[in-house]
Amino acid sequence: MVSVTRHMDLVCPAGSLPALKAAVDNGADAVYLGFRNATNARNFPGLNFDMDEIQQGMAYARQRQVRVLLALNTFPQPAHWSQWTRAVDEAAELAVDAVIMADPGLMRYAARHYPQLRLHLSVQGSATNRHSIRFYFEEFGIRQVVLPRVLSLSQVRQVIATSPVDVEVFGFGSLCIMVEGRCALSSYVTGESPNTCGVCSPARAVRWEETPRGRQSRLNGVLIDRYQHHEAAGYPTLCKGRFRVGDNVFYAMEEPTSLNTLDILPELMKLGVAAVKVEGRQRSPAYVAEVTRVMRAALDACYQDPHNYQPHADWQAALDKVSEGQSHTLGALHRPWH
Amino acid sequence: MKLSLGPILYYWHIDQVQDFYSQAKNWPVDIVYLGEVVCSKRRELRLLDWLKIADMLEAAGKEVVLSTLVLLEAESELITLQKICDNGDFKVEANDMAAVHLINSRPFVAGPHLNVYNTSSLELMQETGAIRWVMPVELSAKTLGELQAQRPAGLETEVFAFGRMPLSFSARCFTARAHNVAKDQCELRCIDYPHGMPLQTQEDQELFTINGIQLQSGLPTNLLSEVDTMQDLQVDVLRLSPQLEGMEEIVMAFDAARRGEQSDAGNALLAAKHEWCNGYWHGEAGMLNINAVLK
Repeated sequence: MVSVTRHMDLVCPAGSLPALKAAVDNGADAVYLGFRNATNARNFPGLNFDMDEIQQGMAYARQRQVRVLLALNTFPQPAHWSQWTRAVDEAAELAVDAVIMADPGLMRYAARHYPQLRLHLSVQGSATNRHSIRFYFEEFGIRQVVLPRVLSLSQVRQVIATSPVDVEVFGFGSLCIMVEGRCALSSYVTGESPNTCGVCSPARAVRWEETPRGRQSRLNGVLIDRYQHHEAAGYPTLCKGRFRVGDNVFYAMEEPTSLNTLDILPELMKLGVAAVKVEGRQRSPAYVAEVTRVMRAALDACYQDPHNYQPHADWQAALDKVSEGQSHTLGALHRPWH
Repeated sequence: MKLSLGPILYYWHIDQVQDFYSQAKNWPVDIVYLGEVVCSKRRELRLLDWLKIADMLEAAGKEVVLSTLVLLEAESELITLQKICDNGDFKVEANDMAAVHLINSRPFVAGPHLNVYNTSSLELMQETGAIRWVMPVELSAKTLGELQAQRPAGLETEVFAFGRMPLSFSARCFTARAHNVAKDQCELRCIDYPHGMPLQTQEDQELFTINGIQLQSGLPTNLLSEVDTMQDLQVDVLRLSPQLEGMEEIVMAFDAARRGEQSDAGNALLAAKHEWCNGYWHGEAGMLNINAVLK
């Protein structure tokens, strides 16, 4: 049987200029980045780009035929609306290869003022089905959609078969287990969420304390986890804490673990996935370099010979080393995870 | 100002649902939202059963709106959605852009999960046929005021005023997980939890409420003491989220408040300040009770 295979783009995170260079140098097809403010969903201290840095980054990427995507994927409120429209204006002026957006009102602005600007629907846009994708396509002419990390492989297949636009999926990185764009757990506890402020479980609200019962992590005073002496402590992301339900204390939502699709790259390729995204604009240039290098090698091997593709043991080991909790999962792509 | 009953967020037995609405038809609520919004596996009531309840409530003078699923993945879910959107008799509450697409410019209610955070989004909703929008739970009174000042003509505003707030949705079922079974073998255990399952910190703080694939706030939001402010902000509808017990008292408390009256039910509802929250309304962490902090 002759299978039709298409090249899947490797889309890598750039939280800083050194990270951008690491992604470009290690084989990314595209990098995504954000301005240094609340207009993007990784609004963390010390991260992201000002105009000068973006221009440097774009020059570096373009000389090496790598595309630059700008994430403007938070939901502006009236008081700061003009900051977001200015960011769209600047994106058009910079002539970035695409803008990744989530807010319907902001997409309406972009589509009206800059019809030539290529729009990708961010994962924060919560589009999990063909009708929703069709809505954004007909209203704003989006060209690509990033799927939330809640779909099984067979559901991804359904979406691709019926989507009017290219489909991008997450391939590696921290696992968001809620439908992106529809999670307010963080603002319930801290007042700031991905939708409103571009942050989840913000660092300013984190407090660590050593107690006779072990090391404890708190988020705005709320106990997220308590670690025994032999346990490695992780960042207190709300959905990865240990809580009590009934008589049991356990990871009631999810363990600290990372999404890793190395095992199923040939299946993703066969489904017609257009792009594979690596999560982690908040991570170091070393992380970006390592993940990009491994994913590039894996994608090339998969493309050259999908039938005999096997992920190398050293690829898995390298990715596990930079994973949350040093472990990995296929997440929702794999039905038993649900 | 109108009162609405939001959709029942939990999984109740069909007789509990029917009892609830046969009582509700005598309560002073103006609008009732009906249907399953959380999990398509919950089939105690089929569309025909919901439509029967809808007819009964409409005959009692209520405005009935059919609510739709928030997380749509399977083809079967899209088929059900299409049927609801095409029902021909009742308006629909869209909780995903898929519904907005299928409603195809007929009048609809833009539900709280469409992420309408600014005037441009409000205008978009109005252009696509919305006659009312429900504010996302995490927005503040200040932001609401700014949105109301620029609100497109003919668009009503509804605020989630009482109940445990829907905060997130996942592919994973947390009720099944708490029972250590897979979602595909869940056996619809959420029917044993008509108020959801409390999720507490290791210090016994009520943090969230597990309701199948949905997580809700641990504490109900309670904006009873803000009804005057909402009237000033020209909020049109207050949404009260159904709970199995004590719902009539909650309705009576808000009914009195919208007429500017104090009530025993209202005083009781406001008494235990550590049992409810209103942080979002005040621009703070949602879990806080600003009244309790100030006094």
